[in-house]
Parts: sequence; C-alpha cells; structure tokens
Amino acid sequence: MKILVPVKRVVDHNVKIRARPDGSGVELANVKMSMNPFDEISVEQALRLKEAGKASEVVVVSIGPAKAEETLRTALAMGADRAVLVETDASVEPLAVAKILRGVAEAERPGLILVGKQAIDDDCNQTGQMLAGLLGVAQATFASRVEIEDQTARITREVDGGLQTIEVTLPAVVTVDLRLNEPRYASLPNIMKAKKKPLERKTPADFGVDIAPRLRVLWTEEPAGRGAGVKVASARELVAGLRNAGVV
Amino acid sequence: MPILLLAEHAGRSLSDQTAKALTAALKIAGFSGAEIHVLVAGADARPAAEAAARLAGVTKVLLAQDAALAHQLAEPLADLLVALAPAYDVILASATASARNVLPRVAARLDVMQVSDIVEVVSADTFKRPIYAGNAIQTVQSSDATLVITVRAASFAAAAEGGTVPIEAIAGGTSTGLSRFLSDALAVSERPELASARRIVSGGRALGSVETFRDVILPLADTLDAAVGASRAAVDAGYAPNDWQVGQTGKVVAPELYIAVGISGAIQHLAGMKDSKVIVAINKDPEAPIFQVADYGLVGDLFEVLPEFDRALRS
Ligand SMILES: Cc1cc2nc3c(=O)[nH]c(=O)nc-3n(C[C@H](O)[C@H](O)[C@H](O)COP(=O)(O)OP(=O)(O)OC[C@H]3O[C@@H](n4cnc5c(N)ncnc54)[C@H](O)[C@@H]3O)c2cc1C
Ligand SMILES: Nc1ncnc2c1ncn2[C@@H]1O[C@H](COP(=O)(O)O)[C@@H](O)[C@H]1O
Repeated sequence: MKILVPVKRVVDHNVKIRARPDGSGVELANVKMSMNPFDEISVEQALRLKEAGKASEVVVVSIGPAKAEETLRTALAMGADRAVLVETDASVEPLAVAKILRGVAEAERPGLILVGKQAIDDDCNQTGQMLAGLLGVAQATFASRVEIEDQTARITREVDGGLQTIEVTLPAVVTVDLRLNEPRYASLPNIMKAKKKPLERKTPADFGVDIAPRLRVLWTEEPAGRGAGVKVASARELVAGLRNAGVV
Repeated sequence: MPILLLAEHAGRSLSDQTAKALTAALKIAGFSGAEIHVLVAGADARPAAEAAARLAGVTKVLLAQDAALAHQLAEPLADLLVALAPAYDVILASATASARNVLPRVAARLDVMQVSDIVEVVSADTFKRPIYAGNAIQTVQSSDATLVITVRAASFAAAAEGGTVPIEAIAGGTSTGLSRFLSDALAVSERPELASARRIVSGGRALGSVETFRDVILPLADTLDAAVGASRAAVDAGYAPNDWQVGQTGKVVAPELYIAVGISGAIQHLAGMKDSKVIVAINKDPEAPIFQVADYGLVGDLFEVLPEFDRALRS
C-alpha cells in the first residue's frame, strides 16, 4: 500500500506575524518558513506505518512556490520515498488544493492519504475533508491513533466531548491531530541523501484545476489588542478586584 | 432561498452552540431577508428538534432520523446535506468538531469554498475570520452560489427562545458502508461545559501531574462553578483530557472570567481565550507572556496562591 502525504510550507509556528498597515495582507518578507506542524506528524505517521510493514511507499506532495521544494526535501530527509511539487506562485485555497490532490491521488492510487488537521496559516481545517468528498472515500478527521488492518483502518478521533473510535474502509483520508505522534528530526546523512531522492514537478494546469480563488480577501488587519491590566499583590486583592468587576 | 443551520446536539439534548450559530444566521438573514431552517440529524433526536423549534427566528425545523445518523459520521451526514443543499443559499453550523468534520466535505461536493470559523457577519456574503492563530483578521467575500460557513460560537451570543415552529420529519441518510462507529470515550461531568461556561479555570504544564491538576485546579473550579480547561502542554503530558484543551487547535472560549494557572501564554493558547471578558493569570514568572493579556496578574507560586485564592473566594 502506498501512502500519500500532502505537506504545506507555512510561516514557522514561532513567528508572530504582522498584518501590513495598508490592509493588503500579512507581512511574509524575510519570515522563517517551515513545514506545517500537523504535516510533520502525518509524515511521521506514514513512515511509522512503512516501518511496521503496513505500507510500501510514502509519497509527499506540496502545492506552492518553487521554495516549497525545501519543505518536500525535509519530508524526504525524514524518510519519505519521493515527492511531487505542484508549482504555483498564486495562493491556492483549500478547495483548489483538494482538487489538485484528487488529481495526484488518481494518478498515484494510494491506499491511505494522511493530511494535516489544519494549516496554521489559514486555519481553515477543511482540505482533508474536501479531498475525501471529492474522491468519494471515507474520512476520519482529528486522529490521535491510527491502526491499519487489511482493508480497513481503525482511527481514534479527538472530538468535543472526548474521543471517538471509528473504522473506515480503505482507501481513506485521515487528518492527523497533534497527539498522534512526536515527529522525528532528519539526520545530517539523511538530509544529504534527500537531495538525490526523486522530485517530480507539475503545475495545477496538469491536473486541469482552475485555482482562481472563490473568496476575495477585502482586508487584513490585526485584532484589537488588549492592554495588560494590573498586577495584584495577593489572592485577597485579586478577589477584591474580581468582585469589583462583578465576575465572582 | 432560506438558510439551513445544522444543529449541534447530543442525541436528546440541543447544544447551546446551535443558538449561538443561529445569531450569526440571523445577522445574515438581516441582510438577505432569508428564512432560517434548522436541521436536526440523528437517530433519536426529537427532543433536540423540539428545543430547536423554540429558538426565536427559526421558521422550520427539519428532523432527519436514521440509525446511520446516530454518530454524526461524515459520509451519511454529508449525503443528507448535499441532497438538501439545492433548496438553500447558505448552509451553516457552529464550528464544533462534528461540523468541522462534515461541512468541508459538503462544500467540496457542492464545488464551493467553505468560509471557516467566522467571527463577524459584515454583509450577506462578507465575513471576518481569524487567520494565523487569531494574529490577523481577514475580511473575505464569497463568490460561490451556496455559502458553506462554520461559525466561531464564542464570538456570538446565544439567540433567545421564542414561540414554537413546526417540525417536519424528512428522510434520513442511509449508511454508506464507508465508515463504522466503534466506540465513544466521552467524559461525563457535572461541571459546566467548556464551550459555553461563564467561568473557566485552566491549568498548564506547571501543574506537574494528573493528581495535582485534580487536587489544585478542580476545587477552585468547584468554588467558582467553573468549567476546567488546560494548555496543550498539560494535555500532552496527560494531566488533563484532550477535550479540555483551549487554543488554536483546541477549543476557542470567551467566558466572563478566564483564570490561567501556570500557563505561559503561547500565541497558540492565547488564540483560544484572549476574547474572554476578564482574564486572570497566576504565574511565578513575572515575564510570562500571559501577563500581557491579563486584566489581573498575580506573580507567585500557584501551589501557595491557589489555596489562598480559594479561601478568599469563600470568605
Ligand atoms: C501547531 C501548534 C498548535 C498548538 N495548539 C495549542 C493549543 O491549541 N493550545 C495550547 O495551549 N497550546 C498549543 N500549542 C502549544 C503552545 O505553543 C505551548 O507550547 C503551550 O501552550 C505551553 O503550555 P503551558 O503554558 O502549559 O506550558 P509552558 O509554556 O511550559 O508554561 C508553564 C508556565 O508555568 C509557569 N510555572 C511553573 N511552575 C509554576 C508554579 N509553581 N506556579 C506558578 N507558575 C508556574 C512557568 O513560569 C511557565 O510560564 C500549539 C503548538 C503548535 C506548534
Ligand atoms: N498548499 C498545500 N500543499 C500541500 N498540502 C496542503 C496545502 N494546503 C493544505 N494542505 C494540506 O491540508 C491540511 C489542512 O489545511 P487547511 O485545510 O488549509 O487548514 C494541511 O495540514 C496539509 O496537509
């Protein structure tokens, strides 16, 4: 079984972004970029399944600018076998990403597609579900445990009230949550080896996908900040303040 | 055409997330003049439908009951919504785990881009939504024929109850055979629900163990009749269950009072609580970023401060 893992290049999670004062977007010049943290987890999960003999090949795919090759090389250095870069400088919405991924999946025929639960830039939390809908296959979102049987996968999901366990027929799309695993670091020799692993270049047009956005971004701003309040010296003073504010 | 609001419910009881999403639906209706229908989909959900029928502003409740809908599995629920979609301009729901699971699947099948997690309705097709863990707010205008929207419930007050409207039974889904429910491990608690609580006490990594979390945080929560939250670090370490996590990737809350105990205030945590009305931070590090958003900051060792705090509250 082949596993397909989409990985997105995003602003590193440690960076505190700034909105441009003219409302035109978020300042991305000279900002550190990394693999979306959820995608590191899905790459790790794919590798563990391969190491456990449940998968034969791990293919990673990214839709983004030429520099997304770095993100793919990181995944290859972690241990993925090969990569597909669907190159575009446009910003591509989840719906179009899902359509391109459908094209990749139709060509690759993976038994399992492991997608991040959410990209930490757009915070959309929808690409995996969209892909499953487009492919007409089962989905299991927010996975904190993944077990592969023959033709099925047993997935424990993080839901609002706790945990839910379901079984899905393969092929399926699984979106991964943060507690699924701890992703490995790529070792220096593996980083060197990753440079030689195969990376195929495509464009959205190769999959016949129109990436024109459906949502027009009219304005981007920073939220109204909240000023720091007062420091209190004791628990008694704290309670007095809270009583004054009418919240206790 | 009307707006379809997908209800959040636990079988027999309606979640107040529905009334909050209804407020967003009413704002859209204020621009478009549309009627609002609520869909209650489940196996044994008539009481939830009856509660939905009492919400002010709803014109009709659709009740779809089928064993296939018992656990809100994405595939049969999406089939049902896609079948209903041609009669609606807008399909929306509170951004619960269940809605975030199913609505993007519906959106893709309708060939529309979902507008996730809206915090404000600007006009019938224009919304504000947070990006980058809430560090920026985008105003987006949709050009799609059907709008599929999830609503950040913490940003909207619950709609009131009104009269009662008719409940129409409709055909439920059928099982797709793609997925099967196996089991639930859901917490049962007497405490207020995190998503709707008026007060929340949250613990972080500083609590150190599941026992101390229980012995230190829970009594304070009891005194305040508060829900309990946690940072990701506390959940990852096993001090608190996953459904208590507050933040960018956990629950987003906006209670009247949020007390962060031994939580540093990483942007991903702030993303989930910085719209609370009053924030209290208790942390031994005076430089902890949580103090930058706290209305009341108390620098000190939580193990000394919390018992005193509890005593002072009771006196
Ligand atoms: C993609 C991604 C998503 C994330 N999503 C979330 C999310 O949804 N929610 C979330 O919370 N985090 C999230 N995180 C993690 C986040 O970045 C932080 O790591 C996390 O919030 C830290 O938790 P903490 O404050 O409990 O721990 P720490 O940062 O370790 O802070 C512990 C604090 O306790 C204080 N302390 C220690 N001992 C005491 C004492 N005795 N008395 C008083 N104070 C004491 C310390 O001074 C410190 O400030 C996410 C991270 C990533 C990368
Ligand atoms: N441009 C992209 N390239 C590859 N994968 C993507 C891209 N955008 C989104 N994804 C995948 O979809 C997940 C969820 O993204 P989103 O729906 O935008 O929150 C990410 O964690 C990735 O796994």
